Amino acid sequence: MNNDYLNTKGRIFDIQRFSVHDGPGVRTIIFLKGCFLRCKWCCNPESQNFDIETMTIDGKEKVIGRDVTVSEIMEEIEKDRIYYRRSGGGVTLSGGESLRQPEFAAALLRACKEKGINTALESTGCASFEKIEKLLPYLDLYLMDIKHTNSEKHRQFTTQPNELILENAKKIAEKANQLIIRVPVIPTFNDTEAEIRDIARFAKTLKNVDELHLLPYHRLGEDKYEGLGRNYEMHGIDLISDEHIQKLKAVVEAEGLKCQIGG
Amino acid sequence: MARFFTEDIAKSPRIEKLKDNLFAKKPEVEVERAVLLTESYKNTEGMPMITRRAKAFRNILENLPITIREHELVVGSATKSSRSCQIFPEFSFSWIEDEFDTLETRSADPFVLSEESKKALGEVFKYWKGKTTSELATSYMKPETIDAISHNVFTPGNYFYNGIGHVTADYGKVLEIGFDGIIKQAKAERAAIDETKGNATEKRVFLDAVIESCEAVITFAQRYSRLAYEMADKCTDAVRREELKTIGKICSRVPQFGAESFYEACQSFWFVQLLIQTESNGHSISPGRFDVYMYPYFKKDFKNGKITREFAQELIDCVWIKLNDFTKIRDALSAEGFAGYSLFQNLIAGGQDKNGIDITNDLSFMCINASLHTMLPQPSLSVRVWNKTPHEFLMKAGELTRTGIGLPAYYNDEVIIPALISRGLTLEDAREYNIIGCVEPQKAGKTDGWHDAAFFNMCRPLELVFSNGVDEGKQISIETGDIAKMTTFDEFYDAYKAQTEYMISLMVDADNAIDLAHAQRCPLPFLSSMIEDCIGRGKSVQEGGAVYNFTGPQGFGVANMADALFAIKKLVFEERKFTLPELKEALKNNFGKGADSKNLEEVVVGVVKGLAEKGVTVSKEQIEQICKNIQGNTSGAGGRDAEILKMIEGVPKFGNDICEVDSFARDVAYTYTKPIEKYKNPRGGIYHAGLYPVSANVPLGAQTGATPDGRFAKTPVADGVSPAAGRDVNGPTAAANSVAKLDHFIASNGTLFNMKFHPSALKGTSGLESFVALIRGYFDQKGSHMQFNVVSRETLQDAQKNPEKYKGLVVRVAGYSALFTTLSKSLQDDIINRTEQKGF
Repeated sequence: MNNDYLNTKGRIFDIQRFSVHDGPGVRTIIFLKGCFLRCKWCCNPESQNFDIETMTIDGKEKVIGRDVTVSEIMEEIEKDRIYYRRSGGGVTLSGGESLRQPEFAAALLRACKEKGINTALESTGCASFEKIEKLLPYLDLYLMDIKHTNSEKHRQFTTQPNELILENAKKIAEKANQLIIRVPVIPTFNDTEAEIRDIARFAKTLKNVDELHLLPYHRLGEDKYEGLGRNYEMHGIDLISDEHIQKLKAVVEAEGLKCQIGG
Repeated sequence: MARFFTEDIAKSPRIEKLKDNLFAKKPEVEVERAVLLTESYKNTEGMPMITRRAKAFRNILENLPITIREHELVVGSATKSSRSCQIFPEFSFSWIEDEFDTLETRSADPFVLSEESKKALGEVFKYWKGKTTSELATSYMKPETIDAISHNVFTPGNYFYNGIGHVTADYGKVLEIGFDGIIKQAKAERAAIDETKGNATEKRVFLDAVIESCEAVITFAQRYSRLAYEMADKCTDAVRREELKTIGKICSRVPQFGAESFYEACQSFWFVQLLIQTESNGHSISPGRFDVYMYPYFKKDFKNGKITREFAQELIDCVWIKLNDFTKIRDALSAEGFAGYSLFQNLIAGGQDKNGIDITNDLSFMCINASLHTMLPQPSLSVRVWNKTPHEFLMKAGELTRTGIGLPAYYNDEVIIPALISRGLTLEDAREYNIIGCVEPQKAGKTDGWHDAAFFNMCRPLELVFSNGVDEGKQISIETGDIAKMTTFDEFYDAYKAQTEYMISLMVDADNAIDLAHAQRCPLPFLSSMIEDCIGRGKSVQEGGAVYNFTGPQGFGVANMADALFAIKKLVFEERKFTLPELKEALKNNFGKGADSKNLEEVVVGVVKGLAEKGVTVSKEQIEQICKNIQGNTSGAGGRDAEILKMIEGVPKFGNDICEVDSFARDVAYTYTKPIEKYKNPRGGIYHAGLYPVSANVPLGAQTGATPDGRFAKTPVADGVSPAAGRDVNGPTAAANSVAKLDHFIASNGTLFNMKFHPSALKGTSGLESFVALIRGYFDQKGSHMQFNVVSRETLQDAQKNPEKYKGLVVRVAGYSALFTTLSKSLQDDIINRTEQKGF
């Protein structure tokens, strides 16, 4: 067997072990660097730019981003194999956007499957379907963001329209092992009942999709903008109350979908 | 259908009332036991020691004031006030006299001691001079041993000044046949004594002592029965009157006879638990497998409709309250080491039976419920985990963990059973193990484990390598050579091993001296009635009557030494970044931090006193100048010292799942665990090591200088086998993987792995599932024990500032939980600083 794919190089900015929010069980999250969107609320602004950059954290400069091979990452991933097995967990690729580095992402997912490790991908789905298709054979769970059904509003808050994303969602739903729709619920952007209902209705039309996660906005990324010398445009917006998120959950459930708050 | 009843069972309003009463008053020192004991001793001079012990026990139980507290269903107290203590002068007393006036105000575990009681104790203590176990032990020790103790290399203080404890009696036997049954056995054995044997006389005297002790216990229960009936007669509340009558009836039957109901079993259990702790003040009297020996009584009553789940739960909750109603006084330093008034009564649920079948039952779940209901530090609840442990049981246990109470602790059958077999237990006995005190496994009713034999500070031998065996100007250890002349790491490492091994040999001398003293001065006939094979062999537990005999002294500071030796290997010998003499200088200067304020104060006071003695008076300005000079001296080489510290900090540390460091740590742990295996104790048993500190890593850390892992002088040493505080930064799975790389089998007296969780990490069902997976994963890799604190850092800091708001805040300290606000400031800081693991 040709194992060249294990030498595929990619750029990541973090690896987080014992993650319990992004897919089932105990997971190791690999954060790939670079994204097609620039969501104003993004809590990982250091993920957006593909270039390696410096960020100031607690007064200290930290280099964000490093180039690694698939086999180097597999060494980290395999350290927690025992916990994946005990919890039904595995590996989740996050970002950034893995589709920004499709060959690397595919090789990494393939390496996991070769080792019998469950795989998930957090992704905007904002790339040509040919790129996405290459990942699907190695993917157990696709966690796909649908942020808004209105393309113009989507563009205003993320810099990209949503047509490609929605089109890809339909194709992914046909071919993926499992697809869950995730909605970051952002005040001033998509937190009304009507907006969430529209997303839920769209999700309901997707083949085999029966679950939607609502991820309430949080401010944990705000300091990073400062550390990168960037402006945080969402400064000062309110958090979402428990009461309101419960209401939104009921809206999703009314459309016949299972709904979970948080990942 | 679920096999188990997993739901919570409603909590009786009685429990909160009992709990309020428990904390209504400050703990007191009560003197009756000491007075009655001394009175009896004076009347029995010249008799065999075992006889004197039995007669003293009888005098105490016939005359100790008895109390039935308001709302109690399970009765029996050794003190008039709740959470109070009696005095045991037969073990040691001079420290009590020395600390008479500070007991009430000291930071760890204060006690009220009235003037009247001081007087009574003063009178009692006159008799005990020269008669205690600690005095006899001292006279058995080598002078070098006494030196090593006074230089804090190790401390055997626990058994040096107190009873041994650390035992689980055969509760099941008492529940089944009662003390009448045990007396019958002893009498039969006595009748069958082979008079041709040399031990015939000794055996007869011992059996008589056992019989007398058991009779005294029956008398004590009868006194309670009468008191309950008397109180019932006077009681105007009809409901309480019936309760008191029931209590009267039950105490007239148990523990004299076998229990016939679950209620009787609870009461019988409690008398045994209380009275073992009245005979001796040895702590860690561990109830062990409560869900095993109590189950037949619950099952029968429940099946026959004689008891509801709710009432059974209420009784168990009452037992839990009683386990908090009694405490022990320790000297000021030990009180810091065992902080939180803790008695370490370890009670364990789950696990397998002697045939390897899982025994988890409804009572196992009710034990968890009882801790959820009472939210108190006692009992030290533990849970046994193996591959066949039901998932729902661990999820239930996780619910308790999530409250932040630090309970239960989790133990791994898959490590402990083979480890015990390797120490000579049969497969059947090993499968039935329970935990003593903090983390120490043994077989109940058959073992005298001497589990907490000494604390061995693994950092101190390294200091002795640097000083070539000298401490504070005195040669207290062997000479391992001038470090300036050491050219290879192996040479240096061998010197560390040699210093460790020499100190271990002195520690063994200390322990064996103490062991002999207990056998000769404080044999315990009552405890011996419930430990196999004392009756058969005709000798007490202390004289080697138990089937299994061990001595288990525990090392701590593995993580510090692993990090320190690894840094020396890398920086001094491989990369040649600095020399050993440079490092020695940096350690002496506390890495350029200079003397800390406490140290400075000591030195300055010393200088000023010295001058004053010579008749020189010193002005305020001059004192300030002295301070400046001292500070200047100690931080003079600050530049180089700080550089060295920075280099050390850059070296990988244990606890981050880095194979090279972790494998090295495994070897470093062997420097302590392996040499111990060759020693034997006077009871005919072997030594085996534990790796856990109770909470001694804080006070004993305060006696340790800076270490080459970058730890500053006087700061806490790493607890148990956990990574050094704040150095594990790759999350809980990485820390667990590192710790699992140590050899937990060889540390068969137990290892202790502490992990602190932020509540968010255990949120929801998925949080609990992940938590359970973390335990399972650590145990799959052959870790032995794991425990958790689940509180936020902010909560702990706020509790430190506003203790009044957090009176009930329970945290996991080491092998036990305690009320956070009763801990000393330094121990509180240590808990706050332990790395907090978050779920991401």
